[in-house]
Amino acid sequence: MSDLAIKVDHLSKQYQIGLKAAQHDTLRDHLVSGFSSMFRKNGKSGERQDQFWALKDVSFDVNRGEAIGLIGRNGAGKSTFLKILSRITEPTSGFAEIHGRVASLLEVGTGFHGELTGRENIYLNGAILGMKHAEINRKFDEIVAFSEVEKFIDTPVKRYSSGMYVRLAFAVAAHLEPEILIVDEVLAVGDYEFQKKCLGKMDNVAKTGRTVLYVSHSMESITRLCTRVILLENGQISRDGDPNEVVQDYLGRGLTGTVGLYSQTVPPNPKQDAWISRVELLDDAGANRESFVTGEPMRFRISFELTYPSSYVEVGLALTNQKGIEIAAPNSRQQYGLIRGNKGTNTVECRWDGPPLTTKRYHLRVDLGDYHRNMDSVENAVIFQVEAADYFGTGKLPNPNLAVLSKCSWQRLDEDRA
Amino acid sequence: MAIAEPRIPRAEPEPLPEAIPVIRIEHTSGWLKLGLRDLWEHRELLYFLVWRDVKVRYKQTVLGAAWAILQPVMSMVIFTVIFSIIAKMPSDGFPYPIFSFAALLPWTYFSGALGRVTSSVVGNAQLVSKVYFPRLIIPLAGVVSGLVDFAISFVVLIAMMIYYRIQPTWAIVTLPLFLILATATALGIGLWLAALNTRYRDVGYIIPFLIQFWMYACPVIYAVSAVPERWRLLYSLNPMVGVIEGFRWALLGNAHPNFSVMAVSSIILLVLLFGGLVYFKRMERTFADLV
Repeated sequence: MSDLAIKVDHLSKQYQIGLKAAQHDTLRDHLVSGFSSMFRKNGKSGERQDQFWALKDVSFDVNRGEAIGLIGRNGAGKSTFLKILSRITEPTSGFAEIHGRVASLLEVGTGFHGELTGRENIYLNGAILGMKHAEINRKFDEIVAFSEVEKFIDTPVKRYSSGMYVRLAFAVAAHLEPEILIVDEVLAVGDYEFQKKCLGKMDNVAKTGRTVLYVSHSMESITRLCTRVILLENGQISRDGDPNEVVQDYLGRGLTGTVGLYSQTVPPNPKQDAWISRVELLDDAGANRESFVTGEPMRFRISFELTYPSSYVEVGLALTNQKGIEIAAPNSRQQYGLIRGNKGTNTVECRWDGPPLTTKRYHLRVDLGDYHRNMDSVENAVIFQVEAADYFGTGKLPNPNLAVLSKCSWQRLDEDRA
Repeated sequence: MAIAEPRIPRAEPEPLPEAIPVIRIEHTSGWLKLGLRDLWEHRELLYFLVWRDVKVRYKQTVLGAAWAILQPVMSMVIFTVIFSIIAKMPSDGFPYPIFSFAALLPWTYFSGALGRVTSSVVGNAQLVSKVYFPRLIIPLAGVVSGLVDFAISFVVLIAMMIYYRIQPTWAIVTLPLFLILATATALGIGLWLAALNTRYRDVGYIIPFLIQFWMYACPVIYAVSAVPERWRLLYSLNPMVGVIEGFRWALLGNAHPNFSVMAVSSIILLVLLFGGLVYFKRMERTFADLV
């Protein structure tokens, strides 16, 4: 028996943008474009620009028991790669071999139906994820207990709160027992306690000798969970190796990129129906800044585009310091409530008064989600520097090696006898 | 009617791991790989999708599964009033209500199944773009879930036969055959349309007209004997003509359908069905990118 779990050999995927842009096309559109391309032949051919390689010549082997983290900016090819390995779409050339039973989790709650009860959805979703009926029966009680929605198990899930919905969906997925587990960024939603529970469950999968392939924008969970990290850039492998080294390298690369402002006027992927269009870091007076002093108020202004109205939008921010440690994660659902998103552009602002940040460079990630899926993530949306200041008001500068500062009040309780 | 919870088989011990299955993922270009084995391995998913369809269909309706009875019954009443009482359409000597109901039974099933199959892939876009399973399961679930409604309205037919004192002949044993033919027709045409629908949403608009037009091309409201002799052969190439005549023959003991013509239309149907399977399999590679 070989130790090989996944073999990827010169895998490439080409998309025709013309085809994709015309997704909901009607026959008429095709006739029209047929005519226009007939006339275009006389002039210059635009064919080359219509094609785009989402993945190009990707090769690597994964051994049994490895936990591989896949990182990279939006549009680097991570999702395409997972879709190919999950057999949802075919590669254009090259091949991949998967040795063993595979389960892939590109979204939580796929196939959930609002009219059906929690109990019914467990069976349906389990079957969709590839569980056998007997297997679901055996694990049913465990799934319900894990989801913490026992009381509502016979209620239609359309009456569930978004948290309950996500928990139930996770619970089913967490009880898959494949030899190879493929997970897309599904942990970005759901509350913290539950995320921890799921990460723990995934950690168990990896520790019992099974193979995990995990895509995430959260560098913290990547370094915690994975034994090896692959960095994708423009559809190609740019680095492959030790998690800490690759993550450091990746975060470091951001420095040459965007500073102070992020802007994306068209969807990063033609099929995307919601995306983060602008991220600004402002000071108290409303000016764009990329450098602050410790304790100075910050305002994060996020704009996002929706192609449909949705009343379940949430925006999550995550601040990572240059060591790759996630130190704060303001979240609109926890601190504001669900955002009613309009079709078109929406803008929200998150103000942080006196953040206790030490002298370091910080990377801001922005996540956009609705209640059961992550719609867009921007890594390194903004990178900023915090400089030392008299944060405590005592004339003493704080230690820059700390992760966060603590503004505390001190009091002496006994008598000063000196 | 309450749809039963999934049957709970006794838990069995996990089978010992056999040889490790190896899946090879690459660009496929074959014409004739239908993946029937893969389909068989996913039969439980088919069962759950059918179960979901049936369960959801009537979940928020007040009358629930009674709609499966009401739809053909209301059509029968309307047809009886318009075509029998007003237009005095001949019905081969049978009371018009049961004459038309025996045809409405397969027709309602067929038109419902065709519509469901056509919109099945686009309607399950979420599944198609997020999970792997043999895509053929989706249209299959579309034809199978209609059988539940068919079974329910069949009860009405039995009641009507008792009321009109119609003795079934031995021909009734051939009924499943005609039902299979109706299923195959819906699937054969539906597979083409379902695949086309992912690319051209026009198909969704064409369907209501196609179904309406097709009904007039079938002996639902009139008898085959009303069709001029010289057009009869061409007319019978429509596979649903054979199905509906077959139903009337099996249930009411009407004149039996022309079996040699039916054989020809069945062969055409087989070609259509096989072509549909191949076309669907060819197109399914792009489903996830198109829906």
